[in-house]
Amino acid sequence: MSDGELVGSYIVPVHPHTVLAADQNEGWGRLRDAFEEAAQRIKDSDADLLIIYSTTWPSIIGHQIIADPNPEWVMVDNDFHDLGSIPYSFNIDENFAHAWNQANENRGLKSRTVAYHGFPIDVGSVVALKLLNPDNAIPAVIVSSNVYANRAETTVLAKACMDVVKATGRKAVAVTAMSLSNRMFTKPIDPKDDKIHSLKDDEWNRKILEFLGEGRLEDVGQLSRTIHRQIRVNKVVAFKPMWWLSGMNQNRNNLTGEVLAYEAIHGAGGAVVHLDPAASGAGDKEYDEDDVEYFLGERNVLDAQGDETEMVSETVSAKPSNSNGPALWEPTESKDSVNSAAAPKPVGAYPHARRVGDLLYLSGVGPRQPGTNSIPGGPIHDADGKSLEYDIKAQTHAVVQNITRILEEAGGSIDDVLDVTSFLVDMDRDFKGYNEVWADTLGKVGPTRTTLAIRALPTPIAVEMKVIAKAPALE
Amino acid sequence: MGLFMSKGEIVAGCLAPHPPHLVYAENPEQNEPTAEGGWEQLRWGYERLRESLADVEYDAIVLLSPHWQTYIGTHFLGLPKFKSLSVDPVFPNLFRYHYDLDIDVDLARQIHDKAADAGLAVKMMENPDFRVDYGTITTGHMFNPQWDKPLVVLSSNRSRDYYSVEVMQEMMMELGRVTREAILDSGKKVVVIASNSLSHRHFTTESAIPEDMSKEHITSHAMHLWDMRMIEYFRTGQSQRILDEMPEFTEQAIAESDGGGLSWLLSTLDIPNYPGILHGYGTIIGTGNAIVEWPERNHKEGRE
Ligand SMILES: [Fe+2]
Repeated sequence: MSDGELVGSYIVPVHPHTVLAADQNEGWGRLRDAFEEAAQRIKDSDADLLIIYSTTWPSIIGHQIIADPNPEWVMVDNDFHDLGSIPYSFNIDENFAHAWNQANENRGLKSRTVAYHGFPIDVGSVVALKLLNPDNAIPAVIVSSNVYANRAETTVLAKACMDVVKATGRKAVAVTAMSLSNRMFTKPIDPKDDKIHSLKDDEWNRKILEFLGEGRLEDVGQLSRTIHRQIRVNKVVAFKPMWWLSGMNQNRNNLTGEVLAYEAIHGAGGAVVHLDPAASGAGDKEYDEDDVEYFLGERNVLDAQGDETEMVSETVSAKPSNSNGPALWEPTESKDSVNSAAAPKPVGAYPHARRVGDLLYLSGVGPRQPGTNSIPGGPIHDADGKSLEYDIKAQTHAVVQNITRILEEAGGSIDDVLDVTSFLVDMDRDFKGYNEVWADTLGKVGPTRTTLAIRALPTPIAVEMKVIAKAPALE
Repeated sequence: MGLFMSKGEIVAGCLAPHPPHLVYAENPEQNEPTAEGGWEQLRWGYERLRESLADVEYDAIVLLSPHWQTYIGTHFLGLPKFKSLSVDPVFPNLFRYHYDLDIDVDLARQIHDKAADAGLAVKMMENPDFRVDYGTITTGHMFNPQWDKPLVVLSSNRSRDYYSVEVMQEMMMELGRVTREAILDSGKKVVVIASNSLSHRHFTTESAIPEDMSKEHITSHAMHLWDMRMIEYFRTGQSQRILDEMPEFTEQAIAESDGGGLSWLLSTLDIPNYPGILHGYGTIIGTGNAIVEWPERNHKEGRE
């Protein structure tokens, strides 16, 4: 099966006017036309899965995913009940929903599927599926927006979703159901008088749409917190859908964007935007935020460990290891020691390397990253010891990279390596991947090698190497 | 017309929170999931509240629930009957309740009209497909499991989100004032209920057995202190202090008073200076919940 992929992304507005009252206001009508254009483009893309992230479905316990194959009910909006009712009957891909739920757990997220008769599908999802998928031809999944989730959690949610898209060979379309500015008029209005609530909201909306029109999705993601402060009323869910959508698109900034419509809905900013994965534009970014692979957030809430601030703290893979592994030490200094700020800190009183005559003896080197102490490919277990999915190849690459840094600090290079003893915590699972990376890297240098299986390493890593190298000539 | 009618009366005001866990733990036949009990302190609290009002006659229950969230003013359920299935979008594993409730549309409209006259944004909700929120149903069930009294249900106007706690409270004080006026004019005997928790910081994980009480506690010491401070004011009749401290309480305890219910209730009760009866306190997935009754029927002198 070929690898699955995202064939398109769409941003769509949430309020029911586009379904129930498109004829009452020209702007609502233009949004409706844009929905129909988007539906046609989705059809033409041969997509076989619609993934909806909805800001009008808040959740508290992790994320929730609809897994009822055929949810049916009649939706009535809390505010706009006088516009009428929207009966729905959707085609949900329950298998994908369950696989995504599992992928979330693999990446450290709390998650559950929901398949109860009568579950109230939220207004944003109902509007999106009604208009983007009118004949239910494409199976869909819907995920909630967690009230407490931050960027790390929301990004990992996207990565877990893409794990399943890729593994199942799907051609998926990602949709965020959301408003831009979300301040509505607090009194009833005549439909013909609708406009964006304030000039400031309108200016921010246009700036966001300018970015999106240029395919600069990650820029909008990085501005999410600012946008939230500037033009978002603090409703239940903050402005986090751009984190998810950017995560779904590998945090790219060079998509091909097109704004199909931008109009007011009772004062809020509603837009239909299409983001095509085809590359365009410069694609540079202001800076790279942490690229989080696994969520290592608070998991001990029920046991009353830690105080309030610890409970709400954002925990990403860049978290210092003392919550998931031993404390870090400064490398010890002596006459012959070689220490590198570019290598991860020791977990005991020892140097990175020691020179004896013409030889350099390295302390065991693992994949932890200097500075952040994160583990490429992910840790093998969480702070509670619960096993996590990890990538042995990424870990092995990182080990070789750390060895290179230490040898370069000593004035040498990776070509100086003479003998390596490798330790794997799971020989059956990992030997193959480890061996492949070895062949591409140290295998080309040619040191002797011994590989041992061991029960555990002090940090949550799967591979460590003990290295003896030629010492570079002293000046 | 008031001249020819007996004067209406508020027999009691109640703070009566609505986490669906309480209905879940009760195992009523209307709710699909079943539980092995749990949250008994609060359920016994509701029992004492029901007991306290068992011999008190009244015609209707007027209730404000924070889970019918409206951004365009305050809305009122405006049809005589609502019957459907309410599934909690946040805890669907615990709450899937088949409800059948009656609305006192006349009283709802009287409050609605007075509020409109006072310049508040209001709307009657007359769409028969509308589903009643789980907050209304949980409090409705726990307060009166027989469902033999008609309700007036007010939405929670999220003015706090749009402006501030202070502005929200100003609007709720006004809404409470007209609610009181409408009730007294109606000639009916009424119980008014604000359905909200106190401190409102949830756990973000759920134990395998949701009703495992070995896992239940307040999320933090600060939340506990705020809850106890409020309860002290409830019990000593210091309503004005509650209103005065509402901005700090709502922000620092992330309190569910952000929905306006508590401010509206105290205003509807004309800011009572007599002690409220604490029927129970307990936590639910970390949030603080008190069941309190202000027995206005026993404190009539000087309050008209
Ligand atoms: Fe609530």
